[in-house]
Amino acid sequence: MIEPRYGLQEARGIWVHLEHEDGALEGVSLELLGRARTLADQRREPLTGVLLGGDVQPLAAEAIACGADTVILAEHPLLEPYTTDPQTKVMAGLVLEHKPDMLLLGATPNGRDLAGRLAVRLRTGLTADCTDLTIDEKSGLLVGEVTGFGQGILATIECPRHRPQMATVRPGVFTRPQPDPSRQGDVRLVPVELSEADQRVRVLRRSTSKGVDITQAERLVVGGRGVQGDFALLKKLARLMGADVGASRVAVDQGWVGHDRMIGQTGSITRPKLAIVCGVSGATQFTVGIQDAETVVAINSDREAPIFETADYCIVDDVFQVLAPLIDALEREKAGKKG
Amino acid sequence: MPGLHTIVCLKVVPKSEEVSVDPETRTLDRGNARSEINGQDMNALEAALDLKDTYGGRITILSMGPPFFEPFLRLGLAMGADAAYLMSDRAFGGADTLATSYTLAAGIKAIGGCDLVLCGEESSDGATAQVPPGIAEWLDLPQITYVSRVQVMKKARLLRARRQLQSGYEMVETLLPCVLSVKLGINEPRFLDFQRWEWAMEEAPVTVWTAADLGLDEGYLGLPGSPTAVSSVGAAPSAQRRGEFLSGTPQEEAQQLLERIRPLVRLS
Repeated sequence: MIEPRYGLQEARGIWVHLEHEDGALEGVSLELLGRARTLADQRREPLTGVLLGGDVQPLAAEAIACGADTVILAEHPLLEPYTTDPQTKVMAGLVLEHKPDMLLLGATPNGRDLAGRLAVRLRTGLTADCTDLTIDEKSGLLVGEVTGFGQGILATIECPRHRPQMATVRPGVFTRPQPDPSRQGDVRLVPVELSEADQRVRVLRRSTSKGVDITQAERLVVGGRGVQGDFALLKKLARLMGADVGASRVAVDQGWVGHDRMIGQTGSITRPKLAIVCGVSGATQFTVGIQDAETVVAINSDREAPIFETADYCIVDDVFQVLAPLIDALEREKAGKKG
Repeated sequence: MPGLHTIVCLKVVPKSEEVSVDPETRTLDRGNARSEINGQDMNALEAALDLKDTYGGRITILSMGPPFFEPFLRLGLAMGADAAYLMSDRAFGGADTLATSYTLAAGIKAIGGCDLVLCGEESSDGATAQVPPGIAEWLDLPQITYVSRVQVMKKARLLRARRQLQSGYEMVETLLPCVLSVKLGINEPRFLDFQRWEWAMEEAPVTVWTAADLGLDEGYLGLPGSPTAVSSVGAAPSAQRRGEFLSGTPQEEAQQLLERIRPLVRLS
């Protein structure tokens, strides 16, 4: 067995890595705080948020309002923007010093980049892209639920002997806690030792936009492989009915829409009242992202597509042939109201 | 100046649409699933071939898995890679991402290192995306994950890449050697080269390594080297859906649909 870095008896507390972009905490970090608060209460252990960055002190209050007992602040110019080496070095140092029992991170590109590297440095186990996190009453172990490949497979993964027990969770899996500004907590500024030699990858330029947060969408119009890159009608329908546009992984990988719109195991987990899913075949990796939708409509020309097994209303037809009259009818109604 | 030596890590995966859950044992039934090279890894190989076309050099394919992987590695050789290594041993079985990345990193060291390690961002079966950062950590090399574009300045031994962020992208650079993971679909993998076919299938060097061949510590391999354990596998509960099929002309279908979802729509 690979020797753990510290023992089970020493390990205590739940840590959440707090990711931020453009001076705001990522939604997934807040969602993790909410869930981790419940787990910490169950374990009767403290919940700590870890904030690494250039000037991140202003974000600590929100983390406390969302459930953290303590926020560890590590500030250094080399920690902003995110790059792998400095963040791994500082996180690993903090973990080995404080020995948390669990460490949770958002399954964003940077969260997964850090988690994968950190788990090896800490010689511990990491469960990727959990769709639920619970604690086993008997063993006290963190249980990560993951969806497997193929149709409808669900597995749970544990890390019995190595600490911290690490997991990443997709945006939208957990609900965002209602911030309580009266909550009290400690903010601990820790010294950071980094030099230029600790940063081997340099960021030349970045382009970020406040993307769409489809995890909060009440209505979604979703496109997949079957729309063949043509999102025009989907966008038009979305605008008409007050919906956001989402997409399957294929559609995002093809560059038809941005990464922030990806639904499913590798994207976001959504909970809309209504999802109109167009030209998506419906593998489990996708359907986990809409399984909590109240009403799902599937339009697909392939009668055998598995998406029809997870839909309330099913239309076997050409997506565009159906969307056009649907849009017409809504536009007529809208015009009628105005007139 | 010699060209780049790139190592491409390849995994062979079951075609996901052909995997099912055995309803009796509630375990994965891969028995009838055919295999293919993981899609992202094909993109990594194509990226390596593209760099070889531009700068010269050679490509080594590295994989960990059972003996049936070998013909798939030969496909990579027929596409343009120069040599392949298959790490195949029962001791590697049951490896999670810690043990897998350790084993592949040991393979890279045994090959004698390289200028660049190229991986797919994740496998379609495991889908953790943890192996490329793991390899980089075991080798103490810089990593760039979720890459959609690569450019090498060979003289300066500098690599530039465009990398995915949650809400955008960034351009980054690092010195070679480094480890990259590329996104699915960043290029069109080429067809195999029929002139290389016979060589690839019969003569091309595919070296099979066991743990003992490399003197690896079994405590770091397979199940003993894996901190995580699958505690249950089962069928996902399926949400109760109406499953009502609407029929008729597209106009009639749209009309029926609208009647059903109208209360959920907010005209704006």
